[in-house]
Amino acid sequence: MTDIQAQIDVLPGLDPRAPLLEVTDLHVEFRTQYGISRAVNGANFMLQPGETLAILGESGCGKSVTAQAIMGILDSPPGFITKGEVKYRGIDLLKLPENERRKVRANQIAMIFQDALSALNPVFTVGYQLSELFRMHKGMSRADAKRRSIELLDQVKIPAARARIGDYPHQFSGGMRQRVMIAMALALDPEVLIADEPTTALDVTVQAQIMGLLAELQQQRNMGLILITHDMGVVADVADRISVMYAGKVVEEAPVYDIYARPAHPYAKALLESIPRLDMKGQQLNVIKGLPPALTSIPQGCAFNPRCAYARDVCRQDPPPPAYIVAPGRTARCHFWREVVGDE
Amino acid sequence: MFRYIVRRLLQMILTFFGATFIVYALVFANQDDPLQALAGERPITASVRQALTERYHLDEPFLKQYWYYMKGLLSGDFGTSLTGRKISDMMTQAWPVTIKLALIAMVIAATVAVTAGVISGIRRGSMFDNTTLVVTLVILSLPIVVLAPLAQLIFGIKLGWFPPTAGAHPDFHALLLPALVLGSLVIATELRVTRSSVAENLRSDYVRTARAKGLSRKRVIGVHVLRNSLIPVVTLIGVDIGGLMSGAIVTEGVFNIPGVGFNLFRGIRTEDGPLVVGFVSILVIVFLVVNLLVDLLYAALDPRIRYE
Repeated sequence: MTDIQAQIDVLPGLDPRAPLLEVTDLHVEFRTQYGISRAVNGANFMLQPGETLAILGESGCGKSVTAQAIMGILDSPPGFITKGEVKYRGIDLLKLPENERRKVRANQIAMIFQDALSALNPVFTVGYQLSELFRMHKGMSRADAKRRSIELLDQVKIPAARARIGDYPHQFSGGMRQRVMIAMALALDPEVLIADEPTTALDVTVQAQIMGLLAELQQQRNMGLILITHDMGVVADVADRISVMYAGKVVEEAPVYDIYARPAHPYAKALLESIPRLDMKGQQLNVIKGLPPALTSIPQGCAFNPRCAYARDVCRQDPPPPAYIVAPGRTARCHFWREVVGDE
Repeated sequence: MFRYIVRRLLQMILTFFGATFIVYALVFANQDDPLQALAGERPITASVRQALTERYHLDEPFLKQYWYYMKGLLSGDFGTSLTGRKISDMMTQAWPVTIKLALIAMVIAATVAVTAGVISGIRRGSMFDNTTLVVTLVILSLPIVVLAPLAQLIFGIKLGWFPPTAGAHPDFHALLLPALVLGSLVIATELRVTRSSVAENLRSDYVRTARAKGLSRKRVIGVHVLRNSLIPVVTLIGVDIGGLMSGAIVTEGVFNIPGVGFNLFRGIRTEDGPLVVGFVSILVIVFLVVNLLVDLLYAALDPRIRYE
């Protein structure tokens, strides 16, 4: 754990009592030659130390873009953050100048990517890519950085770390590569870890090992973890709270048990019903009809209305439903959330 | 790795014999009356003609001539040119000049191409990118037989910035203009490859990771992107060395540089079989060795490549 006072010295204005990470009304759009694609339209969430927040949604709902906007690694152009705040312990990261923002990455907020093979540089050894963090951020010597890198590989349980430090990414198996990614993200003891589909490219047994490792490391370090995924199975095991995103908006945010037991948004409900279950063997699987909207032309009103069984006229008109408070710490953007919750 | 090199060297021997045989056959087929070609307009007496014919085995059949030639070559004797000079002597004079010329050309071309290519790759669609695109297209579409005399006329004669011809012992300054002309042969392709390679690598996932690691833009581009982008460029530069050697034939002819190309040019005109075959044999070896080195370099640059 990094020393709070040392952090305040580096980042003036840091408030140790403020939430670890607070995203308010975040808007991101991509300006392409085919028009403006609104990838994130008012994402809100909050993260506390030691907490795991899962961001759930289909492909193209803005999960990864949100993560990249928080990290400040959005490709710009074409991507632009048009509105909103990303506060790390009270400091709005979006207002920081680039060279200070850069230091927040890896030091305070780190990220793990989906496909570790392409996310690691193919022409440098794993040791070089790990040591680089210590050398560039901490000014360590090559020898010290290498020693720290070996320790890190040990921590993420890579066997024979000392021997493997000189290997290239392609010489590792998929699971081992993802461990290297995790080691890299945790190198500088960040307080927030964003994992963007960390297990999607792995097979199921390795998935469980990696998720187990992440949970263990998170507990040891009391980190806040944002887990971006479309895998409801992964979420149920590790998440404390879930944010369900649809067309760039958080449509429901709730503690994990509540949402599994009684979803309050029709989209969250439909997602849960589309999980194949052994006790439903032989029956027709409930799938969500239609496709998510093109981000260049999001429907008026509630973005989910064309696919929603509960949709009425009010859903098809602007303004879109606000975030109704379903219970303390639980919101849903649906005019008819009472119906949805009570419909079990 | 070792086995691979040995295999490649063995292949080289075959290629070498094949290439010299073909070149020898082509020169033989092209020979009309080499003695007359050598003497120019002057008549040759019958006795001189007979003596020279016997000395160079000119009346023997093709295979026998080739046999004599290869026998000499394998014992390290490149033979004598029809002008009477030892070919090995001519080579020791010509090769350093051409190597110098080709190296200057290569360094200029690679420096300009990589620098401009990286900038173009980062700022695609910018003013700089479009300008270099147009300029390289113009240069690319001009053949060297046009470009070389044109450069000589403009920079050598009209503006007088460089000596128009190089002379017997050219220095760096005298070789600069010919090297620029020669380098422009390869600069366009090298620049385009650098540009697209940089552009492609900038979009790759590992660049996003490098940025997420909080590295400076300078380091992301200068270390992570550049190292990956240069792999195809280095290969191309290696292969281009061969192209520079062949381009030297015209350039050296135009600028009167006493190098390999100049000798070859004269040898072909005077039907000087031993001279042409001797120089081309060495050119073939240079080509083969450079290609092997490039392949080995490729493996050194890209750890994913292993030769078995």
